[in-house]
Amino acid sequence: MATFTLPKNSTIGTGKTYKAEPGAKNVKSFKIYRFDPDTGENPRYDTYEIDLDKCGPMVLDALIKIKNEVDTTLTFRRSCREGICGSCSMNIDGMNTLACLKPIEDVKKDVRITPLPHMPVVKDLVPDLTHIYAQLRSIEPWLKSDTPPPPDEERRQSKEERAKLDGLWECILCFCCSTACPSYWWNGDRYLGPAVLLQAYRWIADSRDEYTGERLDNLEDPFRLYRCHTIMNCAATCPKGLNPAQAIGEIKKLMIERQG
Amino acid sequence: MSIENNARDATMVGRRTDGTAIRRPLSPHMQVYDMFQITSGMSIAHRITGSIWAVGLLFLVWWLVAAASGPEAFATAQWFFSSFIGMLVLFGLSAVAWYHTLAGVRHLMWDAGYGYDIPTVHRTGRIVLIGTGVLTVLTWFIAIIAWA
Repeated sequence: MATFTLPKNSTIGTGKTYKAEPGAKNVKSFKIYRFDPDTGENPRYDTYEIDLDKCGPMVLDALIKIKNEVDTTLTFRRSCREGICGSCSMNIDGMNTLACLKPIEDVKKDVRITPLPHMPVVKDLVPDLTHIYAQLRSIEPWLKSDTPPPPDEERRQSKEERAKLDGLWECILCFCCSTACPSYWWNGDRYLGPAVLLQAYRWIADSRDEYTGERLDNLEDPFRLYRCHTIMNCAATCPKGLNPAQAIGEIKKLMIERQG
Repeated sequence: MSIENNARDATMVGRRTDGTAIRRPLSPHMQVYDMFQITSGMSIAHRITGSIWAVGLLFLVWWLVAAASGPEAFATAQWFFSSFIGMLVLFGLSAVAWYHTLAGVRHLMWDAGYGYDIPTVHRTGRIVLIGTGVLTVLTWFIAIIAWA
């Protein structure tokens, strides 16, 4: 059942404001979601005024600057800073994206940053991904085949067969899409969500995989697959420009086709 | 406390540094997300218009039942539908019906496997919105000419 409001312990208060250094000319405010489990207090927005003349161009640069120079308690995930690891996924200015790929200048007003939506918060911008990883495990995202590979050789694919995986293999599992999906917010306990379903289709579409039927059987479920109502927020928000909704559509088509 | 009661509930419990348990907050969703972008905005509108249209059909039922009941009941229904409020209701329902029909065709297109890329999603979305306006006005234009 969809609950549109936040639980009592999750409503967000107003926290501290960290002023920019005097004399800073190019100041931008970053309104950042903070939650500290040790205090037991409700989450709050802290505001950090940053001099953009002394900061890199991306939102992640600002977060790192804040952590290094202003407030070392700010907690967030990051690693590669070039959009390939998927660690720094968060909600920036109302859309999910990777902080390392989001230019600060794209945000016209104050930069509001919150964790990936509708997730349990471990601390500040760090959500708990245990459940979504368990869902990924449930679709068995690896090659399954009873035929042994040819001796001393890889399993061959034609160029056409390989091309079917384009737009699927590029996914970095940042889960921007799943946490942008209202259907996943309300039914994420049983609905697998766009990221996991795109992964499921990645193996269904793989010519080397011999378990297509079993994979489809596993998804033939009113919740796991069919809670997708083609809202399309997933494709609109994907920082890698992929289209999970289309992958889900392809799975639905295969479901119909195999009924004959 | 969260009122979720499902498989995700286990991950709502965390630990403080000293090891004691704490109820984790749920991160903001509708409160921060851009819900009125063309993707989720039109999806919400599709659901709302579907509900309004379903309720609105009660007016049609009333009109038919009144027609079957006799001249007096029918006159009452006719009086309502030709009143200002009645006309407003009918105008609203016609717009809602056109939106839901056009957006429904858009959904059928997706179900058939077409139009998933984001530029097409935006284009078909605008077509539905403009189409709703044009067809609603056209409907009333024709209705008023037929009436007059």
